[in-house]
Amino acid sequence: MTKLHKTPMIVGLFGLLVCAVLLELAVSFGWVMEIIVPRPTDTVLSFPTLQEDMDLVGNFFVTLGMTAAATGLALLIGLPFGYFLYRREEYGIAYEGWLAAAFSTPIVLLYPLFLVLFGRNHLTLILMGCIPGAIPIAIQTRQGLLGVSKTLLNVGRSFNVSEGDMFRKIMLPSAVPTIFTGIRIGVMYTLVNIVAIEYLIDFGGLGRIVSQMYDNFSIPETYAAIAAVILVSAFFYWGFGRIERWLRPV
Amino acid sequence: MADILQIKNVSKTYDADGDNPVHALDGVDLNIAEGEFVSIIGPSGCGKSTLFNIIGGLIDDHDGEVLIDGREVDGAHKDVGVVFQEESTFPWRSTLDNVAFPLEVEGIDKAEREETARKFIQLVGLEGFENHFPAQLSGGMKQRTAVARTLAYEPRIMLMDEPFGALDEQTRMLLGDKMLEIWAALNQTMLLITHNITEAVQLSDRVVVMSYRPGIIKEIIPVDLPRPRTSEVIATPEFGTYVGKLWTLLREEASRGMAEAEASIAAR
Ligand SMILES: Nc1ncnc2c1ncn2[C@@H]1O[C@H](COP(=O)(O)OP(=O)(O)OP(=O)(O)O)[C@@H](O)[C@H]1O
Ligand SMILES: [Mg+2]
Repeated sequence: MTKLHKTPMIVGLFGLLVCAVLLELAVSFGWVMEIIVPRPTDTVLSFPTLQEDMDLVGNFFVTLGMTAAATGLALLIGLPFGYFLYRREEYGIAYEGWLAAAFSTPIVLLYPLFLVLFGRNHLTLILMGCIPGAIPIAIQTRQGLLGVSKTLLNVGRSFNVSEGDMFRKIMLPSAVPTIFTGIRIGVMYTLVNIVAIEYLIDFGGLGRIVSQMYDNFSIPETYAAIAAVILVSAFFYWGFGRIERWLRPV
Repeated sequence: MADILQIKNVSKTYDADGDNPVHALDGVDLNIAEGEFVSIIGPSGCGKSTLFNIIGGLIDDHDGEVLIDGREVDGAHKDVGVVFQEESTFPWRSTLDNVAFPLEVEGIDKAEREETARKFIQLVGLEGFENHFPAQLSGGMKQRTAVARTLAYEPRIMLMDEPFGALDEQTRMLLGDKMLEIWAALNQTMLLITHNITEAVQLSDRVVVMSYRPGIIKEIIPVDLPRPRTSEVIATPEFGTYVGKLWTLLREEASRGMAEAEASIAAR
């Protein structure tokens, strides 16, 4: 790793540390009530108990796996659908507004319906997680492809490039940054929805831990579990960043 | 020499059935001999780029015909390479990969295409920048990358749409010399769009003067200056005569273009 790569990470961790110290002080001086926000040290210290009582690491991987499956499904739906909306302009124009509207709807509130349809199981989580993920992926895929420079397409045509190469070597690399913005938003929404449903139906992963700790008034443990959710999110953010750089290094 | 390129009665109207039809070209006739260097000069908006897009097979709904070696062109043609007016390098590819692009899509293997690409990178004076990405290059270097990329396609006819428009006069003149060297070395037929009268005279066998909308060919001026030429030719009195002649022709067109533009602003 070069110096430039390390610096933001150090700055980021340092910022986190400063916030933690300030919060610690705020709680010690009584500016913040401890039953609302625990001391960061208590949160950190609660990890071992949480692991022992609730299998934190195991559930971390449950939520991670659910999110990965739902995101995979969101990609399988969102990418081709976005491509379709790009190719068929009339559908693109017709559906874009509806998609954007659907995206700002709290689909999570439909969970009773999904429970009835699919039962209280992983399938429900994956399906409900993938819907809010697929929407921004489809929208951004269409936008990314629409945004490909006409001049670059003409360069391809002037070199007699085949349809396949046109897509793989010109359109896709042009659109990758925009599509990945959609994917990043999609993963975040997928994760939020999955954790929310885990919380609501008391099933699986980290959301269930948050729910149970909260009901027990185990505030540091609640925060520790939320921190674990942040780690899941960070993992996907990092992972898709790597894939994007691999697809398009600059 | 035989005509490699024949443009016969080519007209083009954009948005013909729409509310704002633009009559860009009207009955353009032009024959280009193999190995010729022809510049096209004319006021902004007179249809120069449109003409190149038609020759390059990138616009198909036009009237009239374009023939290469006497055969009508339909779509992009292996013998025609275009350097576009707009920025056209692939930002995600290094200089080397940009220049190797046309060879890559032809399925030429990596070692061979990179060797060819290096040759053309050297030809346009970009050696040492093979692994730079467009964002790390100046505007003129990006344009030279685009020129090298089209050269690597090894077309018989090069269409260059103001490749050096964004450059300062001195650099432009030196690149003009470079283009003449390349042209002499590769034996290509060159069509160059430029706004620069000096550049047109410095490089060309003939200068085509186009008039403002609809674009028609107003006059074709043969340039009888000795070859091989370098930018030193601009110091000669004959050069000055050609420049003066072209300016007289263009001044009318430019004033007409400006007046029309002003009128359309005033009308709003
Ligand atoms: N895609 C298009 N749709 C509609 N009108 C167009 C299109 N492309 C060009 N035109 C119009 O056609 C006319 C000729 O355009 P063109 O780009 O060929 O001019 P040009 O001579 O290359 O100008 P410049 O020297 O400024 O590059 C202009 O009036 C322009 O507005
Ligand atoms: Mg133009």
